[in-house]
Amino acid sequence: MSTITLLAITGIGLGGLYFLVAAGLALIFGLMRVLNFAHGAFLLLGAYFGWLLGAHLFGAAVTITTLQFIAVLVVATLTGAVVGTLTELLLIRPLYRREIAQVLVTVGLTLVIGALVVGIWGAEPKPFPAPAWVHQTTNVLGATVPNSRFLLIGAALAVLVGLQLFLRYTRYGLIVRAGVENRTMVSAMGIDVRRAFTLVFALGGAVAGLGGALAGVYFGAVSPDLGNVLLIDAFIVVVIGGLGSISGAALAALAVGLLQQFANYYVVGIGDLAIVLLLVAVLLVRPHGMAGTAA
Amino acid sequence: MSTVGTNATILAVAGVHVRLAGSHILQGVDFNVPARGVTALLGRNGVGKTTTLRAILGIVPHSGTVTFHGERLDEQPTFRIILGGIGYVPEDRDVFAGLTVAENLRLAERRAVQPRYPLVFELFPDLKSRRRQLAGTLSGGQQQMLSIARALLNPARLLLVDEPTKGLSPRLVSETVAAIERIAEVVPVLLVEQNLNAVRRLADLAVVMAEGRVVHAGPAADLLADNTLTRRLLGVSGSHGRPA
Repeated sequence: MSTITLLAITGIGLGGLYFLVAAGLALIFGLMRVLNFAHGAFLLLGAYFGWLLGAHLFGAAVTITTLQFIAVLVVATLTGAVVGTLTELLLIRPLYRREIAQVLVTVGLTLVIGALVVGIWGAEPKPFPAPAWVHQTTNVLGATVPNSRFLLIGAALAVLVGLQLFLRYTRYGLIVRAGVENRTMVSAMGIDVRRAFTLVFALGGAVAGLGGALAGVYFGAVSPDLGNVLLIDAFIVVVIGGLGSISGAALAALAVGLLQQFANYYVVGIGDLAIVLLLVAVLLVRPHGMAGTAA
Repeated sequence: MSTVGTNATILAVAGVHVRLAGSHILQGVDFNVPARGVTALLGRNGVGKTTTLRAILGIVPHSGTVTFHGERLDEQPTFRIILGGIGYVPEDRDVFAGLTVAENLRLAERRAVQPRYPLVFELFPDLKSRRRQLAGTLSGGQQQMLSIARALLNPARLLLVDEPTKGLSPRLVSETVAAIERIAEVVPVLLVEQNLNAVRRLADLAVVMAEGRVVHAGPAADLLADNTLTRRLLGVSGSHGRPA
């Protein structure tokens, strides 16, 4: 029982991490039809700037105070938002309506940023700072669960609720929801949809940056391949959930996290294969994903 | 080809070409829309009527000139053209199915412009009682009302309406035509329409297209009274039916 509890909570925590990475991807693709391969770079830079703050301002300690940790998360989030905004303004906007070129540019940006990170900070993993309580464990139904899992679950829930409130109750949220359905018609109602594009990139980048820092907490370190590793899983989550759907991405992230944990426990190393099989099964039954609709 | 011209032209389309996916869809379209009444853009299926409206709005890339109130539109993005005073009711309604009726209307609201909800709900009272209903669950007629209502929410200097009666029951066609008739009292309308009975009731002028060009322009009543001409241009007699 304790093993199942541990696997379940770890799986949900991992799902939370996948959701943080996938949420921005889902929004960006839903509104702009851009497969943003640079999303992993937003995450990577968020994680490294968070680590930098801890390493240079907080004495390179692995354990920092909760307040310092909040500052690390804020810096990571802001880094993601700034990089996302600049990417949209400088690289995506000039290629408006040229989707293939946009994909190529985002792939190129990922390669460049990955190489820059290796060049500046080296290829070896950097220990990521967190408060003492994050390094500790909590006993749940006999299972000793690392508190970092609860942190991930809490952060993912907060982001999910925040995004839903944004989409439901703000004018830009309304524009994004409408734009996911028919962005040409949004323009034909007198709305500059390009502003929504920038906002969605900033928002997606912010959540990815936060996800990068929390990935550092989950894995205990950040490394240059962090973005690419999580991006593949995030793409799978977005496709299973339904392109453009935040609630679909949340459900899919939960399913993928749980499946990966349980599969890896029962047959070591089969977790990645299991989620690819889940992807195939979902696409066969629902070609537009769990919460997706036909374009 | 003749060109409709009045002293008060609000929209001038000149030499507009559109090429899409290797097809030359509009091949030099020329016509004017006067600042009063309804101008009907007619023609058989596939002659480029909808593409003409989309070119005017900058939704499809085109060459040639489009002038609205003396200002060139052809270099402007769609949202600026709309903000400049053109309302658009697209073919197939294009309401946002996942948004409620109220949200569809709220999306059309503009900063510093008082939305004309009293006018909208006076014309379409059904929409008021269905404000919380998802637009995708409305009937075709109700979706058409919502689509027109969105365009009416802001004061427009010209309304482009694309096949508003398409797919509607006779009763709803009559209601829709009555609504456009009222709207045309306050704002000029460029109307794409296949239903010639609706055209007869609404249109002052008719512009007929064939194979991506304007082939006739003149008073609508004259065109519809001439059975030989309507059969040649539209494929039906002026007293009955829809063009082939």
